[in-house]
Amino acid sequence: MTDVCVVGAGPAGALVADRLAADGHDVTILEAGPRFDETPDTERMERSIRPGHAPTEVWDMGGPRDAYSASGPDFYPLNVARVKGVGGTTNHWQGMVYRLHEADLSGENNAPAWPLSYDDLRPYYIEAERAFGVAGASDNPYAPPREEPHPLPAFPPSHSDSLFADACESVGVTTHAAPNARNSEPYDDRAACVGYGTCKPVCASGAKYSANHTVRQAEAKGVDLVTQAPVQRFETDAAGERVTRAVYVHDGAERTIEAEQFVLAAGGVEIPRLLLLSASDAHPDGLANSSGLVGRYFHDHLFAGMGGTLDEPTRQNHVGFITTESHQFYDDPGAGTGEIPTRDGDLAPFKLEFLNYAGPSPVAMALREDTWGDELRDRLADAYGTHIAMGGLVGQPPLARNRITLDESRTDNHGNPVPDVVWEVDEKTRRTIERANEIQCAILEALGVDIEWTAGPEDTGPAYHHMGTTRMSRDPDAGVVRPDCRTHDVGNLWVASSSVFPNGGALNPTLTIGALALLCADGVDASL
Amino acid sequence: MELTRRDALAALSGTGIALGSGVAALSRESVDANEAGPSLDHTLATLTAAAEVVYPNEVEGIEAFVESYSLGRVEGREGYLAGLRDAVAGLDETALSWEDARFAALAADRRDTVLRQLGVHTADEDPDGTLAERIRYYVVNELLYALYASPTGGELVGIENPQGHPGGVASYQRGPR
Ligand SMILES: Cc1cc2nc3c(=O)[nH]c(=O)nc-3n(C[C@H](O)[C@H](O)[C@H](O)COP(=O)(O)OP(=O)(O)OC[C@H]3O[C@@H](n4cnc5c(N)ncnc54)[C@H](O)[C@@H]3O)c2cc1C
Ligand code: SF4
Repeated sequence: MTDVCVVGAGPAGALVADRLAADGHDVTILEAGPRFDETPDTERMERSIRPGHAPTEVWDMGGPRDAYSASGPDFYPLNVARVKGVGGTTNHWQGMVYRLHEADLSGENNAPAWPLSYDDLRPYYIEAERAFGVAGASDNPYAPPREEPHPLPAFPPSHSDSLFADACESVGVTTHAAPNARNSEPYDDRAACVGYGTCKPVCASGAKYSANHTVRQAEAKGVDLVTQAPVQRFETDAAGERVTRAVYVHDGAERTIEAEQFVLAAGGVEIPRLLLLSASDAHPDGLANSSGLVGRYFHDHLFAGMGGTLDEPTRQNHVGFITTESHQFYDDPGAGTGEIPTRDGDLAPFKLEFLNYAGPSPVAMALREDTWGDELRDRLADAYGTHIAMGGLVGQPPLARNRITLDESRTDNHGNPVPDVVWEVDEKTRRTIERANEIQCAILEALGVDIEWTAGPEDTGPAYHHMGTTRMSRDPDAGVVRPDCRTHDVGNLWVASSSVFPNGGALNPTLTIGALALLCADGVDASL
Repeated sequence: MELTRRDALAALSGTGIALGSGVAALSRESVDANEAGPSLDHTLATLTAAAEVVYPNEVEGIEAFVESYSLGRVEGREGYLAGLRDAVAGLDETALSWEDARFAALAADRRDTVLRQLGVHTADEDPDGTLAERIRYYVVNELLYALYASPTGGELVGIENPQGHPGGVASYQRGPR
């Protein structure tokens, strides 16, 4: 019997475990995937550049373990959207980290409101920023107030940022630094960024934060980590009031673990799936699902982008991260400037990004061309050098019909029904993508860009942020977890994940996941 | 444009290779003890001969660059080395039957022709694929990766800090020179 069993070793599980161990509790983490230390990260980096390896191969995703359905209406590419193993999806992530806005939490940007205020989250945000090693500046006039500077100085703007700066000013758009979970200087025993330029899907220098770092720290505090140990289901007492044990598979055999408290940190898709797989007489519709909301309100952020070429060097693909953004339209997406028209109507929040990796990377392109020698050199030199692009994320409103369910017709390698992602890009999101495109177009035209491509409402894609599937509410009929992240129905079952977000705004979720993980750990600690 | 051993080490650092001392000596012994395929020297000579075709004309210092890079790549990687020797053996067999000489002994334009007639230029790299796909993986793309992930190769096409090369965080901030 351990004090706490944590399911999942991504950032959420790692932070919960690390905090509870620091509080003096016995903690065991069960992680479905492996430790990734058998293959050097430089080899994974090579996989990410060379065409002989599918994108999912970088982190060994796919196969029967990871089978899923995506029954539509829109397709969801789940296995490029997550990683299973120590560190979870932060092995692959980009490392862009933000605090949600007050208007996200109050439900003014997208409904519903959170039962937590910015002031409730604030002390946890700064702690999560320290844990991730966030490099940032306090120059964003649209961001919520900060109590102190970011732990690390921001990365300076890129050459292309400086090209954008003038164009933005001419159309009345304010730009500012982008915070990164990435070492701008050595920090917390990790190296500074060396410019490999392959951040997503792999940083071989360790400068990009990955939760395997926090897992190591947790293990040093005595946390037990069991890898290759996928949890199959939870069992409860007869009344269904407490989880008594988790059933998992390890070394080919089914095993169980008993604990005082259980924390689910398996990501926004596997968490509802595990609850649904744990249906019992006491919980016929799935564990902790008296509200019927487990799996519902799945939402993501959608990409809006535009790019082309300029008649001067843009110096792209030296690094793989973003240094400048604009959150000007975030809380007021329809607001115009002198040069950009005002739009009425119901719009979602969105942010704008100025990419540092537009157009081809010559080395990656070289491996895919049908020639070599001087001809290849000429093609690479022609293709590289003048590309420029903007991106952006639009916050999808949570809708009950978008959901994770079980596909009873297919099973994974352990005989469990696979998750089915039932997902659609709604009208409001599409309208907002158009709005983001309109502003991107104004900026790129002011810069003199020959626009060659647009990622608009028809060719958008998800940002791989799995939110909403065990939403938080004070009302047990309107949510799965309470404001302290404990499930309403089960006294010792907690959830640390973006699955608890009532709405996810339009900002990458993981800093908020980290903050909630720490808040959740405090709740667990108080209950022990 | 002169390629150096330093470029080779820079390119290697962007692969899975942990560089130790005495790399070359170790590899030569272990490879040549196994007589199932082409010798290490011949394998390296074949890679150099291929590099003379797939690298732009202006690149100099190919032999030393390819030797350093490739020895780093084979060190301690039995499976990789076996695949490489197999691809070289297949390339030689083809060259012998079409041109009456092993690949490395052919004139540069004949080497280019053999590779193209094999379809290596349009093949997708695959370590377990057809001969053309394996040559693309072990020979052509291996050489192109080494060149274009190195600062010297990157500069040929306008990027002195290419992906896969740890060239620091100053270059992205600089304007064109
Ligand atoms: C390409 C990409 C780019 C991204 N970029 C950003 C970004 O820039 N900024 C940002 O904020 N977010 C980003 N994200 C999202 C970010 O990675 C996730 O929000 C974050 O990793 C979620 O943390 P988590 O701990 O909740 O889940 P995960 O990191 O997914 O970890 C969950 C862990 O649980 C394990 N698990 C699952 N099921 C079980 C089970 N049954 N038993 C035991 N273990 C289980 C998994 O193996 C996994 O290791 C990105 C994601 C992707 C895919
Ligand atoms: S650019 Fe990205 S991949 Fe390269 S060292 Fe910096 S953080 Fe890591």
